[in-house]
Formats: sequence, structure tokens, C-alpha cells
Amino acid sequence: MKKNSAFARWFYGEKDTLLDRVEMKPQPEYQRKESDYQKLLEKRRQLFAQIYDEPNRKLKAFGLMYRIAAIIFCLMLIFIMLMTVSWLPENGNPDNPVNNEVSARYIENGLQETGAVNIVTGMILDYRAFDTFGESNVLFIATVTVLILLRLDPEKKAKIKKKIPLYQKPLDEMTVEEAEAHDRVYEPKNDLILQKVAGFLVPIIIIFGIYVILNGHISPGGGFSGGAIIGAGLILYLNAFGFEKTERFFTEKTYKWTCFGALSFYCIAKSYSFYTGANHLESGIPLGTPGAILSSGLILPLNICVGLVVACTMYAFYVLFRKGGF
Amino acid sequence: MRVFTYILMSFLIICAISVTLSKKLLNSILIFMSYSLVMSIIWMLLESPDLAITEAAVGAGVTSVLFFVTLKKIHAMGGEDGEHEEK
Repeated sequence: MKKNSAFARWFYGEKDTLLDRVEMKPQPEYQRKESDYQKLLEKRRQLFAQIYDEPNRKLKAFGLMYRIAAIIFCLMLIFIMLMTVSWLPENGNPDNPVNNEVSARYIENGLQETGAVNIVTGMILDYRAFDTFGESNVLFIATVTVLILLRLDPEKKAKIKKKIPLYQKPLDEMTVEEAEAHDRVYEPKNDLILQKVAGFLVPIIIIFGIYVILNGHISPGGGFSGGAIIGAGLILYLNAFGFEKTERFFTEKTYKWTCFGALSFYCIAKSYSFYTGANHLESGIPLGTPGAILSSGLILPLNICVGLVVACTMYAFYVLFRKGGF
Repeated sequence: MRVFTYILMSFLIICAISVTLSKKLLNSILIFMSYSLVMSIIWMLLESPDLAITEAAVGAGVTSVLFFVTLKKIHAMGGEDGEHEEK
């Protein structure tokens, strides 16, 4: 054995060969990353949820409670309403509080005092004309409210009109906004069936509406129903032929002046009638023979006023919903 | 006539329930329209033709048209509008 060889030195304990080569150093303590920890927790939670169906159970319980509460609420509402109905007097009983001297006077003297064969019209446009005036104003205010909510800026509309020329693109290739703008500006789809049917039906509908308004004091009907019929006819015409055709006779100006004129005429005429009636003066408006078209004093012009307001309102509603402006 | 009235009344109740239960909004509006029509016939039977005319014109006509326009505005009609939305 050589004296200076590595083996001899190791053998005699002079050198530790493992020193500096295999060594245990103190390591930093292992720390789990926060995200790993969260992932693990999530996995664990999911496992629990799979086993016990935790979130769905809460949802199901809530749904069940919701339905039970809704059913209980509906049943209570039905119960309360049925209770109220059971307290009402019997239908058709002559001793009912409805059959008092007011309705008796309307039925007995209505024809002589108002000249209207249709008692209902005589009531709402003569005895209670002030109520009807309020209703017409409510319609006007409703249109104004819809105008405030849905009106489009005229400049914006002009910009859209400039940007999209007439039928440049086929409908399938447009985006949603373009299609909507296109729809707003160029209403008619030029549907042949619709146009033919509308061309046949619209005159009949409008003439029927005028008939209902003018005969309001003779036969069933009156300003409100006739105006609604005319409005429906105008909407059908608009749907078939588009804004270009209707704007020839119905614009914002038309609406404004028609409503203003009708409401102010109603107000002035009825104020005069109430003034003379309250002071026992001669009103100077002849009642005419009952049953004729030109009879029953102010009822016919008032019917026309209400009809105009209602027809304009219906049409204006539709136009505002459709296009956001006249 | 009494039986006819009862049939119409039961139709009203069926309409009112199915309006709330139908999944498509378009179907709801159509059912609502038929409800108004039946209601106008009932007004006729109750001898108030004034109300019948108004109900038919406003309830079945104008209100439903306004509903249709609103549905079209919010793209809930289905069909072509839905395809436009996907693009």
C-alpha cells in the first residue's frame, strides 16, 4: 500500500473523501404556493359538492320556497277578491245602490235633455263631458310622454339616412345596427300581398271609423271607438306603404295642430255650454230631431274632436315606437 | 245562449292561464289578442256594443301591434332577427 495514495490516507483517517462532495446543507423550508393551495381547496370543495350537491340544493330549496310563496300569494289574492265579490249586492236587484235617482234621470230624461238616442253617448258627452275632456287630455299627455322617452335626434336620423343609401346591401349582409337603421328609415318591405290587402281594406276601415264617429249619438259607438278604428287603419296603411306615403298627409305638424285644435275646441264649446247651463241662459244650440245625423246639439262636434284626438294618438304611438319620431 | 256564454268564459280563463305559461313571447301576444276578441264578444252578449267595438279595436288591434313592435325592437321575434344578431 502506497503511503500517500488517497486510499491510504482515507484508511488511516487523514482525509474524508466524502467531504465537500456529499454534504447535507440546511434547505429553506418548503412553502406551498398560494394559488396551488387555492386550487387544492377548490378541488376539495368540488368533490364535496359532487358528493353532497351543496349549491344546487340551496338553489332547489329557494325555487321550491319561491313557488310555494307564489301559490300562497295567489290563493290569498283569489280569496280576498272572492270575499269582496260576495259582499257585492246581487246582480240585477232593483234595490241596488246603483239604481238611484241619477241613473233614473239619465234614462228617463236623457233623450229630451241631450237629444241623443244612444244614452251612453248622451251621458259621456253631455252630462259628464268634463270627464271625457280629462280622458282626451290623458291621451295627449301619454303621447307626449312616449315622445320624451323614445324620440330620436333629427341630426342622428339624418346621419343614418346619409350613411346608408337606399337598398345598397341585401338584407342578409347587414349588421344588426345597419339593419335597424335601415328599418327605421325605409319602412316598407314592399310585400305584395300586404299591399294588395291593405289597398282593399284601409278605405273600408277608415270609412267604417268615420261612420262610427258620426253616428255616435244614434247607434253604438262614438269618438273613442271610431278613433281607435281609424288609428288601426292608418297603422295598417303605414305598414304596407311606408313612411314616405303617410308623411304626405300626416307629419308632426299635423299631429300637433289636430290635437291642439280638437282639445281647445272641446274646451271652449263645453265651457260655453256649462256657463249657460249653470246660469240658466239660452245656449242657442238647437237639439234637433232625435235620430237625425245633425241633432243633439254639441254631441256630434265633440264626438268628432274625441275621435280625431284618439286616431292621432294611436298613429303617433305606433310611429314613435317604430321610428322614434314622426 | 247561457251555455255559449259559459263556453266563452271558460275560454277566457284558459287564455289567461296559457298567456302566463307559454314560453314564447310571440305566442303570449297572440293568445292575448284572442283573449281580447272573446272579451269583445262577451261585451256584445252583455248588451254593451260600445265597449265591444272599443275592445275589438284597442285590445285586439292597436295594443297587440304595439307589443309586436316592441318585440321586434328587442329582437325577441326569432327567425331573421336572431340570425342578424349572431353575425
